[in-house]
Amino acid sequence: MESTELVVNGKAHKLEADSRVTLLDALRNHLGLTGTKKGCDHGQCGACTVIVEGRRVNSCLTLACMHDGDEITTIEGIGQPYNLSALQSAFVAHDGFQCGYCTPGQICSATAMIEEARAGWPSFVSDDLDGPAELSDEEISERMSGNLCRCAAYPNIVNAIRQAAGEQS
Amino acid sequence: MKPFEYAKATAHADATAQAANNATFIAGGTNLLDLMKLEVMAPGKLVDINRLDLSEISQTDDGGLRIGALVTNSDCAADKRIRDDYPVLSRAILAGASGQLRNKATTGGNLCQRTRCYYFYDTAMPCNKREPGSGCQAMEGFNRIHAILGASDACIATYPGDMAVAMTALHAQVEIEDKSGDIRHVPVREFHLLPGDHPEKDNILEPGDLITAVILPPPVEGKQIYQKVRDRASYAFALCSVAAIVKMDGDTIASVALAFGGLAHKPWCDEAVEELLVGQQPSAELFGKAADLLLAEAQGYGSNDFKVPLTRRVLISVLKKATQTGAAS
Repeated sequence: MESTELVVNGKAHKLEADSRVTLLDALRNHLGLTGTKKGCDHGQCGACTVIVEGRRVNSCLTLACMHDGDEITTIEGIGQPYNLSALQSAFVAHDGFQCGYCTPGQICSATAMIEEARAGWPSFVSDDLDGPAELSDEEISERMSGNLCRCAAYPNIVNAIRQAAGEQS
Repeated sequence: MKPFEYAKATAHADATAQAANNATFIAGGTNLLDLMKLEVMAPGKLVDINRLDLSEISQTDDGGLRIGALVTNSDCAADKRIRDDYPVLSRAILAGASGQLRNKATTGGNLCQRTRCYYFYDTAMPCNKREPGSGCQAMEGFNRIHAILGASDACIATYPGDMAVAMTALHAQVEIEDKSGDIRHVPVREFHLLPGDHPEKDNILEPGDLITAVILPPPVEGKQIYQKVRDRASYAFALCSVAAIVKMDGDTIASVALAFGGLAHKPWCDEAVEELLVGQQPSAELFGKAADLLLAEAQGYGSNDFKVPLTRRVLISVLKKATQTGAAS
């Protein structure tokens, strides 16, 4: 058993768990935060995306015990039903989902992705590596390629992210 | 996942001592944990090296860069010095994986990532890489993603990465600390091995060896290109990729470095092809000869036969772009 302290959405949690427990399973099964979803469990779909120390990661591909003391933001920390983030409101306004299973991962991923673009990080489709990183539809699609949507709500997801990124800039 | 013991390394010597005693390092863990879930790999002990001081990119005395082994792919690709002076490396990293994975994946770990051969991943199947001597199902099976150069009768798997392909073209060196604390440098070109009779061995690392950094030589002049061909527009491994650094002197090719991904058990390079191009004026005939030489020994296994003409076309296209004078890089 490993003792780990996880600071999730600003609150410290003590965790006693087997070394095999992934960050995803710790959040869902040990801390009861079921907003983060398990899709493929192999890093291919992005449903499990959370923000660790400011960076979006696949929580299924990292062990909880590797994150002792780390600050983690899950979908529950981004907004609540009556206090939505700008991105969450934009997903509602643009109908950026159908079944909703990939949505927490999409929103955690896009929240951090907008910050990456703001910091000037280039992407595979950027003509100029030196930016500025304008979030065109092509840029959004490329930067969000780690989040799959089985319902294929992609056009509306892109619209929601473009709107939220524009409002925040 | 099989049970394992877990320890956090506090210092390099602690890490290498544990690794010399049969433990496996974990850094980003994105490939290792995937393989552990499938029980393709089942280390008895993991040593977490994430808290070691290997997360900096610093200038070397000769004007190159030292990229710490724990620098993430995201940080490496976004680093201003790398974007400005080694754009082929930024481009190659950004061509691989997803934003989430690049945030976790490290420079050292990325060099050590394992093949994505379907049969290596399927523990119900024989695989000489996973279980030496058990056989290879890829040769007469599904082999769309497999090698056309440098394969052996034991294994036709490919090295899947992009980053190391750019580092091969850049003549980078891998800095390795062994269990005695001695440091050695190995060219990236010699780090990965061809499968031969021992496909279970991906690279030259020995038990207890810790990759501490990758060293880039001082920036070289010329146009830098990374061209990747894959089955979908993003987040897919290379069927064929080319990293090229080409310097022109008027109408003549002054220097050229080429490396190829998706074709072999290691990032492929062929110095004879580079020598053929240097000192020549670009032409369709010259580029055709370069492709002929590169692919003289190429062999398909059925589903991957297409990679031979594909590689030929990608190389010619990259050489055309790289030798156009006057255009920006």
